[in-house]
Amino acid sequence: MDYNATTPADKEVLALINRITTECYGNPSSSHILGRMSRACLDDARRKVAVSLECDDDEICFTTGGSESDNLAIKGVADGRSCGHIVSTCIEHSAVKRTCDYLATRNFSVTCLPVDRMGCVDPKHVEEAIRDDTFLITMMWANNETGQIQPVEDVARIAREHGITFHTDAVQAFGKIPVSVRSVPVDLLSISGHKIYGPKGVGALYIRRGVELVTQVHGGGQEQGLRSGTENVAGCAALGEACRLCTNRLDEWAQKLGGLRDELERGILERIPETTVNGDPVRRVPNTSSISFHGVDSSQLVVRLDEVGFAVSGGSACKSTTEGPSTVLTMGMGLSADEAAGTIRFSLGHGSDASHVAQMHEVLPGIVEQLRGVRSEKLT
Amino acid sequence: MLAGQGALTEGAFNPSLDVMDAIYFDNNATTRIAPEVFDAMVPYLTDVYGNPSSVHRIGARAGVALKDAREKVAAHLNCREAEITFTSCATESNNAAIRGVLQAAPGKRHIVTTAVEHPSVLELCKHLEGNGYDVTYVGVDGEGRLNLDALREALTQETALVSIMWSNNETGVIFPMDDIVDIVKNCGVPLHVDAVQMVAKIPIDLSKTAIDLLSLSGHKFHAPKGVGALFVRRGTRMRPFIIGGGQEKNRRSGTENVAGIVGMGRAVELGVRYLGSGVETTRRLRDRLEAGILSAIPNTNVNGALSERLPNTTLINFDGIEGEAILLLMDEEGMCASSGSACTTGALEPSHVLKAMGVPSNLAHGSIRFSLSRYTTEDEINTVLEKLPPIVERLASFTNHKRAGER
Repeated sequence: MDYNATTPADKEVLALINRITTECYGNPSSSHILGRMSRACLDDARRKVAVSLECDDDEICFTTGGSESDNLAIKGVADGRSCGHIVSTCIEHSAVKRTCDYLATRNFSVTCLPVDRMGCVDPKHVEEAIRDDTFLITMMWANNETGQIQPVEDVARIAREHGITFHTDAVQAFGKIPVSVRSVPVDLLSISGHKIYGPKGVGALYIRRGVELVTQVHGGGQEQGLRSGTENVAGCAALGEACRLCTNRLDEWAQKLGGLRDELERGILERIPETTVNGDPVRRVPNTSSISFHGVDSSQLVVRLDEVGFAVSGGSACKSTTEGPSTVLTMGMGLSADEAAGTIRFSLGHGSDASHVAQMHEVLPGIVEQLRGVRSEKLT
Repeated sequence: MLAGQGALTEGAFNPSLDVMDAIYFDNNATTRIAPEVFDAMVPYLTDVYGNPSSVHRIGARAGVALKDAREKVAAHLNCREAEITFTSCATESNNAAIRGVLQAAPGKRHIVTTAVEHPSVLELCKHLEGNGYDVTYVGVDGEGRLNLDALREALTQETALVSIMWSNNETGVIFPMDDIVDIVKNCGVPLHVDAVQMVAKIPIDLSKTAIDLLSLSGHKFHAPKGVGALFVRRGTRMRPFIIGGGQEKNRRSGTENVAGIVGMGRAVELGVRYLGSGVETTRRLRDRLEAGILSAIPNTNVNGALSERLPNTTLINFDGIEGEAILLLMDEEGMCASSGSACTTGALEPSHVLKAMGVPSNLAHGSIRFSLSRYTTEDEINTVLEKLPPIVERLASFTNHKRAGER
């Protein structure tokens, strides 16, 4: 139940990786037949990603993942100027947050917008934060910890009205809810392969035609000069295929996982007292549930669930190595340290089924009760 | 042939038989993945798919695989595990090394490199020149040998970094790294080395050299594309390149490409086994190919023939004949080679490496690089030696006719 951290490669994606790595190993920059075959694979992959996002092929730049896409988008825009103001939010993934922090140590200033109790950014706050020198707004499409869907449409409109570039990290939204750059006019959008049943090590950045970015990786001039380096052909092909599959199956999976998630939540709330679901239950990606177990240390809960065969997360995987309660929940949503410290993210995926949910309902109450017991003993 | 146009239909990826039968002499551009390497990767795409940063067991198993791969790479280079940072490719490694060191020493604005580097170094240096940095490009002689005196003279108090490749991707010429290290480290300047073409061809022992940073790329030694590494000697000051979750000891954020990294670990292991007699077999095949071409085709010569060279590479000039035309006809006969570095193919400019060596443009335009691998066979060499002379002859007669017509 940790599919927001990463997903296994889909069987069809794996078959494609297998065929391309073994049969199509040329360098896409080579002019001979093996090179041309690789180039064709790459073009095909780009087409699939573009079709999924509803943009043109040449607006897709392949990268090595969500983090690189975020870095390229933000630094790529900022490097084109010497100073200025960026509007971001306090619930961003660390790839956005720390890149903004880094820019704040240079000549840039960054406004970090709060979220409401439901984990949502208020578009009014975005509008208010805009200054004369604001050149970039970066706000994620859906939050990785709570699954909360942000008001990207409103913010995109505001950005456009003010002539400000708008980047969105759609890593957690893409493949779970409809994400189209035609219906929502964002300028830059990051996606990652391994969150949508593609492999790790590949992602993409959508760059609306006309948006100028400064190259971050220089060299042979691949990816229209924006991202040099021999292309990971099999990885890109796999990303393309994963995009195609997740777009085709979007409704089916949203319905299935939404049902399972709701059942999981309902059962947990019913069986375990002093638990709360974080976020707005209506504006969430269908697979994610963030639940606070009051008086429980989530890291212990993660370990205990691991022992009985459940992989869940206390927050974003990328931060699990650093200690401390989630900033999304405390700073963002105003949870108390105690509530935040007892928060577990359940994120369902293609491997999840009703039996897993039932099993979780069976084992979780006992574990929580036990952990709470230990804690109250310590306190007395 | 490849579908997917406009609709989300399955891409009809179908390599033709020609592709499978192609004779591949372009291994400095990229290599085929070793079957053992792919087998090692599969579990990490399927069952052991965890995020190494996760605390649960699925994540921890991925973490163990990363550690294991890091051990293998470190063992091959004879350095500490903690000194290996996984990246997505050598281009990223080179960019990360150069930018990372420069950002850690903002007061120094001078870089020393060579005129024959890979574009990932040269293009970055060009970009930095536009951003307040001075760059000195040390030259080479007609045999591709580095001008060590010029290197010595280039170093100043202001020099922030020296970046020099160990061996050249086009000519295969190997630079005298011990001499370079002596010169650079005498001045106390950090030294970055692009060793992309060295791995699994020439042994590298980082415990016996004072190189500070070293780049390598998986897909040049039968690992997959999309994975590389950067060695950063303990104590080297550098800023992170991709910022985020703090993976790779904060040097390179982003969820690790576990399967790719595992593949690279396995490829290093296999590469080590190939060192020695395997490499000597490749050298013998390369020498046979080279000698065969020189004796069968008039007006040909080998670039850097007098220098120490990689055992798998030869860059041959065919005087007065368009290299691209030779490649095209070779391609029609199922033989893959290259006219220079693949990364700049498409541009019909003569190679910057040959230019730096002072090779006249009529020769440089007619140069073909053959780069072999451990999968190259005697039969493939025979095929090329049989098919190439008539191709060149055809083109030569065509060129002569054209010249006669022009007169």
